[in-house]
Amino acid sequence: MATATEKHVENLDEATVRFCGDSGDGMQLAGTQFTNTSALAGNDVATFPDFPAEIRAPRGTKAGVSGFQIHFSSKDIYTPGDTVDALVAMNPAALITNLDDLRPGGILIVNTDNFDKKGLEQAGYEGNPLEDPELEEKYKVHQMDMTKLTRSAVDGLGLSVKEADRCKNFFAMGLVFWLYDRSLDPTLRFIDAKFGKKPEIAQANVAALKAGYHYGDTVEGWNTQYLVEKAKLPPGRYRNMMGNQALAWGLVTSAKLSHKRLFLGAYPITPASDILHELAKHKHFDVLTFQAEDEIAAVTSTIGAAFAGEMAVTASSGPGIALKGEGLGLAVITELPMIVINVQRGGPSTGLPTKTEQSDLLQAMYGRNGECPMPVIAASSPSDCFDAIQEAWRIAVEYMTPVFFLTDGYIANGSEPWRIPDVSELNKVRVKHPDPMPDSNDEGAPKFMPYARDEKLARPWAVPGTPTLEHRIGGLEKQDGSGNVSYDPANHEHMIHTRAAKIAGIANGIPEQAVDGPDSGDLLVVSWGGPYGACATAVHRAQAKGLKVSHAHLRYLNPFPRNLAELLGRFKKVLVPEINCGQLQMILRAEFLIDAIPYNRVQGKPFAVHELLEKIEECVAS
Amino acid sequence: MPLPVLTPNDFASDQDVRWCPGCGDYSILAQMKKVMPTLGLPREKIVFISGIGCSSRFPYYMNTYGMHSIHGRAPAVATGLKTCRPDLQVWVITGDGDGLSIGGNHLMHAIRRNMDLNIVLFNNRIYGLTKGQYSPTSPAGKKTKSTPMGSIDNPLHPLSIAIGAEATFVARSIDTNIKHLAETLKRAADHRGTAFVEVYQNCNVFNDGAWSYAKDRNTKAETTLELEHGKPLIFGKDRDKGVRLNGLEPEVVALGGGIAEDDLLFHDERSPEPSLAYLLSRMRYEDGFPEPIGVFRAVEKPKYDDMINDQIEEATKMHGIGDLEKLYNAGETWEVE
Repeated sequence: MATATEKHVENLDEATVRFCGDSGDGMQLAGTQFTNTSALAGNDVATFPDFPAEIRAPRGTKAGVSGFQIHFSSKDIYTPGDTVDALVAMNPAALITNLDDLRPGGILIVNTDNFDKKGLEQAGYEGNPLEDPELEEKYKVHQMDMTKLTRSAVDGLGLSVKEADRCKNFFAMGLVFWLYDRSLDPTLRFIDAKFGKKPEIAQANVAALKAGYHYGDTVEGWNTQYLVEKAKLPPGRYRNMMGNQALAWGLVTSAKLSHKRLFLGAYPITPASDILHELAKHKHFDVLTFQAEDEIAAVTSTIGAAFAGEMAVTASSGPGIALKGEGLGLAVITELPMIVINVQRGGPSTGLPTKTEQSDLLQAMYGRNGECPMPVIAASSPSDCFDAIQEAWRIAVEYMTPVFFLTDGYIANGSEPWRIPDVSELNKVRVKHPDPMPDSNDEGAPKFMPYARDEKLARPWAVPGTPTLEHRIGGLEKQDGSGNVSYDPANHEHMIHTRAAKIAGIANGIPEQAVDGPDSGDLLVVSWGGPYGACATAVHRAQAKGLKVSHAHLRYLNPFPRNLAELLGRFKKVLVPEINCGQLQMILRAEFLIDAIPYNRVQGKPFAVHELLEKIEECVAS
Repeated sequence: MPLPVLTPNDFASDQDVRWCPGCGDYSILAQMKKVMPTLGLPREKIVFISGIGCSSRFPYYMNTYGMHSIHGRAPAVATGLKTCRPDLQVWVITGDGDGLSIGGNHLMHAIRRNMDLNIVLFNNRIYGLTKGQYSPTSPAGKKTKSTPMGSIDNPLHPLSIAIGAEATFVARSIDTNIKHLAETLKRAADHRGTAFVEVYQNCNVFNDGAWSYAKDRNTKAETTLELEHGKPLIFGKDRDKGVRLNGLEPEVVALGGGIAEDDLLFHDERSPEPSLAYLLSRMRYEDGFPEPIGVFRAVEKPKYDDMINDQIEEATKMHGIGDLEKLYNAGETWEVE
């Protein structure tokens, strides 16, 4: 076969590609492979997987569309991109639900299979959009029957029609790999590792992948390849990491460096389950994973593990955290160190289980009975989970307290390059357990005081099995010092204030709030959690336009960094973008008496940078 | 160094015991303190975990490690503790409300996992701490503050629940039968796996006399039956009655007149098949049966706390001791100059 047309290569700074199709079409796999390949090619990458809550919605319907977006760049990037440069749509439903995000002039690759009467009706099209001349005017459209092309590529390998058709995601991948001049090698290695035991399936996937690649190379109409150069990341060895994986590795790291066994008590829930799955793979790190009978057992078993003296963790999402509420109160009053992870998702109730939201901040801060303060820390990106969770463990141990750790579905399932650290450069957490009391038969000899406090107001972590330190803890109010049950009114008030002062005192042991940009000006954008990337990008663009805008991203939400009040006061206005109805903004107003401006979207998806930029410009101008 | 010889008093904490005068809990506490020194364990290796309710104040009165946790969740707290620390002996103290109502789920799962816990359920058939509402073990028709026209709930039977959840050790005793109670607690402590003990316990304030038929010295020989492994089911003041099987139904028969001991049901606590233990758990005084006390079932099965730790050992054998550098660098990585 001769080359149909002369090909040429165009250099780009960055590009955004989205694969979308039916939830059985293997779009998440295609996206993950393209991400890994781009990361290995040296690009900075950011991803956004978006899948339905149903395992298998009826085929071909809008409810069943699954998508995976990858933004890859030769520069530092912080978001998976607002608009798409190249869209692969595997069926009509995928096209109708995703086309609006393709930028004018973008590349549209359509699998024409299923664009029949039934398929179009299922998607809600009245006519065939592929016959609309406007489509060709607006986008660079490439139509092909991928199903048929894949079948002929795997012909002769003895596959059933169903098996052959399942390879079509590899055809789509091959085509996009050609388009962006990507190496097939990482995916070939993946196929070998994943399907090595089923050689005919492995061979078929390889054949489909290569067929897609050669299709781009040979078929008329494909005359441009796009090249995105390596990104200039700080030197080091990198790998691509998803948020939940980085979180799990951070936990394993903390446990190892503090010489503790790691206990995870968890009940499966989207999007937190992958933490349980990942940790279950690392038992040889002395990791005990306990799949509890429910969320309440998950948190209370974790309290038992904390009492045992080990690194105790529970991980869930909003509805599960709601069930854990009473247990968290017990963890607070028993003053045991543990980590409570909430991978937030759309609420209320079951809400949008597979979509992102950051609406559990108030739940984390106040969602328990009684005066029940807990430190709250939030991760800002997939790779930040690794560092932030280790910080959570440090605080838990140093202050003898459960610590709330917030991430969200966007961080949990998104991925980005992670610079592999030297183990020697990581912070070790020193865990102290009190020694046995000196041997004495003396009646008046000092007794062990389980609620004696150190300079940080932390009580001693005495572990069962240690002679002479026998003590009883529990949910009834404690006499400060002795830990005996006490109904004394003055003691109760004293303990309420002591527990609050202990948590407030954490501010003395955390860094001051940093600011990206000048430390005074017209507008300070204050963000927390997943919107970090969108806010950083929008603020950088505003700064490039000459606006006096800076950005403060909060990792510590309770207590706040000790310089935060002063920092907020140095800006004329404060803007707080959140994927909720204004939870941090409400706390900032209450704490600091400032007129913080809310900017809220609650649509189950991350912020678009251009929308944020518009809001920033509007705030500065008014 | 030999272990110091401990006495029951060594297991008394310095806290005032605050149960109502005459409460059956005092007797259970006393027997527990008596059993403790016989276990060959130092105090620091023993932990008592409880939920909420009168019985759940128990850990405060034991000079061991302990936790008074939250409603119904003691088995789950104990599970986390025992999983991490198989070297500790962990007791769960619960009541009929705590264990079977709000904590029924955790009780069932602790039992089916066969975690090495000793669970003692104080059954007084009433909510004591909340002042007298009916409990999951209250008989149907029970009139209480929350059921002025009588309870319309069918009661649960703790041992039937435990056996249904495949408990490996199941026993019953009575607060005032102190010798039997102490022996039963000792047997529970010695069992490897979940030991579940129901104790008939009197609440003299809100449900006085709930078990009078089983406790009264004049009637107890007729209304209870002491189980002994390998022995026939015989009861009665003159040991002249027994229980035999008629098909799948138990029936009470008088010995003599053609019915010999060999015709009776023989107790086999080690039977791998739990059906007979279940049948015993369903024999009720109100249906004309003596209620068995003693060990219904005692079989050996793998324990969760062993198995979860064995998996760690196995994984370590397969992959070596976890190495962070190796973890970080495995798989696809790339260098940036």
